Amino acid sequence: MWGYIVRRLLLGIPTLLGVTLIVFSLMHLAPGDPISAMLPPDAPQEVVQMIRQQMGFDRPLPVQYWLWLTRVAQGDLGRSIATRRPVIQDIRSALGNTLILALAAACLGFTLGGTLGSCAAFSRGRWTDKMFSAAAITGVSLPHYWVAILLIIIFSVELNWLPAMGMQSTGSVSAGWGEVARHMILPTIALALIPMGVITRMARASVLEILSQEFVMTLRAKGLWSRTITRHIVKNAAPPVLTLMGLQFGYLLGGSVLVETVFSWPGSGYLLNLAIFQRDFPVLQGTILVLASFFVMLNLLVDIVQSLVDPRIRRT
Amino acid sequence: MNPTVLEQPRPMQELLEGPSGKPMSYWQLVWWRLRRDKVTLAAAAVILLIILSAVLASYLAPYDPFQGSIRKRLAMVGTPGHVLGTDEQGRDMLTRLLYGGRMSLVSGVTPVLIALLVGSTLGITAGYVGGRLNLLIMRVVDIFFAFPSILLAIAISGALGAGLKNTMIALSIVFTPPIARVAESITTQVRGWEFMEAARASGAGSLAIIRHHMIANVVGPIFVYASTLISVSVIIASGLSFLGLGVSPPNAEWGLMLNTLRGSIYVNPLVAALPGVMIFMTSMSFNLLSDGLRDAMDVRL
Repeated sequence: MWGYIVRRLLLGIPTLLGVTLIVFSLMHLAPGDPISAMLPPDAPQEVVQMIRQQMGFDRPLPVQYWLWLTRVAQGDLGRSIATRRPVIQDIRSALGNTLILALAAACLGFTLGGTLGSCAAFSRGRWTDKMFSAAAITGVSLPHYWVAILLIIIFSVELNWLPAMGMQSTGSVSAGWGEVARHMILPTIALALIPMGVITRMARASVLEILSQEFVMTLRAKGLWSRTITRHIVKNAAPPVLTLMGLQFGYLLGGSVLVETVFSWPGSGYLLNLAIFQRDFPVLQGTILVLASFFVMLNLLVDIVQSLVDPRIRRT
Repeated sequence: MNPTVLEQPRPMQELLEGPSGKPMSYWQLVWWRLRRDKVTLAAAAVILLIILSAVLASYLAPYDPFQGSIRKRLAMVGTPGHVLGTDEQGRDMLTRLLYGGRMSLVSGVTPVLIALLVGSTLGITAGYVGGRLNLLIMRVVDIFFAFPSILLAIAISGALGAGLKNTMIALSIVFTPPIARVAESITTQVRGWEFMEAARASGAGSLAIIRHHMIANVVGPIFVYASTLISVSVIIASGLSFLGLGVSPPNAEWGLMLNTLRGSIYVNPLVAALPGVMIFMTSMSFNLLSDGLRDAMDVRL
């Protein structure tokens, strides 16, 4: 078993390297070089040259990549062009806020999705199945940024129940947990919709698949309690759903860009959006790198947990 | 690693027993199933309607999409002359929603078509040739899976800069790897089926096998999978415009309209929410259609 874990971890290294390569090339996708995007168009030629040399843009690309990679490996993501603060600092605080939101949305979406999906499968063809399946397809079809706006319109503008933006009310110096929680409700709902829909559909399909297998009939024929049978079914249906949950959590981190922007939630998505519009490449690069690496490690973790739960996976 | 499982070999040319007992070809059976699926038909009708109204926008729209009027800003839904109200610059909402469909559909659907072409070529090649080439292609594909799709789309179009073309490039890159992976896994399975071996044994060349046997069996599932991506693509494409990364003002595009109307939710919330209704209807219809296609074609994804 340790062999599997070590092998899986080693396989993660080329993936991470690939990620850094893609993130690095992103910067060179941009039309012109990054310098011209940073400086005003009338900057004197000497200044442009100086900064180009300072930041190493005059070296060949592979050398630049290598230098950047060694710095990244030491946790140095450079400094923000806009604020001059180390990028890693900005990302650290932002990532925490994103994670809180993603965790809340994951809890809500996964619980709802798992429950609705299994209920739908157990009542296949009946109205509960139809209703939950309809809810699921609606969940995956709703543009979550629009839902975010709708929630603000209904609960903040019309009813005035919940705050529409930020993490704490303006004026309050240090927000208590209750305050943050109140600000979290709307973004969490908006963010939870897609995972809810996706997990419902997957859980339904997965449970249906198990229900059609012969061992379920055997269990029934043996006269076991329906509770016991249900437990068997859920246990067997869980692995693919769990894998998907890992993936979905990663999508929550990425998808939060839109929701965080609508709610001005100070997370990594908001930071990313800001970086794009200020053409702040170090922040853009750093945020994407950190989020993608996080996603890779999450998938690794899911794989390893899966193999602990279901040893058959290790063989593939 | 196998997202798709085809249960049994099913050469498409083979005649299957139809519902009334008479033999039917596979596609006849698919068509027979589709005709009975009211939800899918309705979804297809809605999509057709949305496409038609976008294409014919210049004939259907009552006003000019760019001509505003300061006196008529943010008219309510149901205002005489402006059935769906007006936006923050006094432009007719109905007109802009009709025109908006053009760019939203183009920027949502085109990338999936491009990705379908590139991804399935890569995937089928990798699956058919196998060996080192397979390893090379699939490892590169795997790396792209390290990015959540929305994040990758935002990253690429953020780096490329705003614009319709860049949105489409970004989304094509995002959707190519998943299609390639599905295509590879299906191709690998089909390659192992007995009739493929029979074809090779009877002396058919690679190209002939790919053309006559491979494509026919592989194209259906890949197509169904790609169709599931359209709704996501429409949502992300409009989302990029919503962030200001896609189509630029004053063009009409649903995501962009949603963004510019955000400032008006306190004045006229109903009008501000309208563009989202269109995005939702479009993505929902595409989702229902691809679900129906999947059931009718009996593909398990």
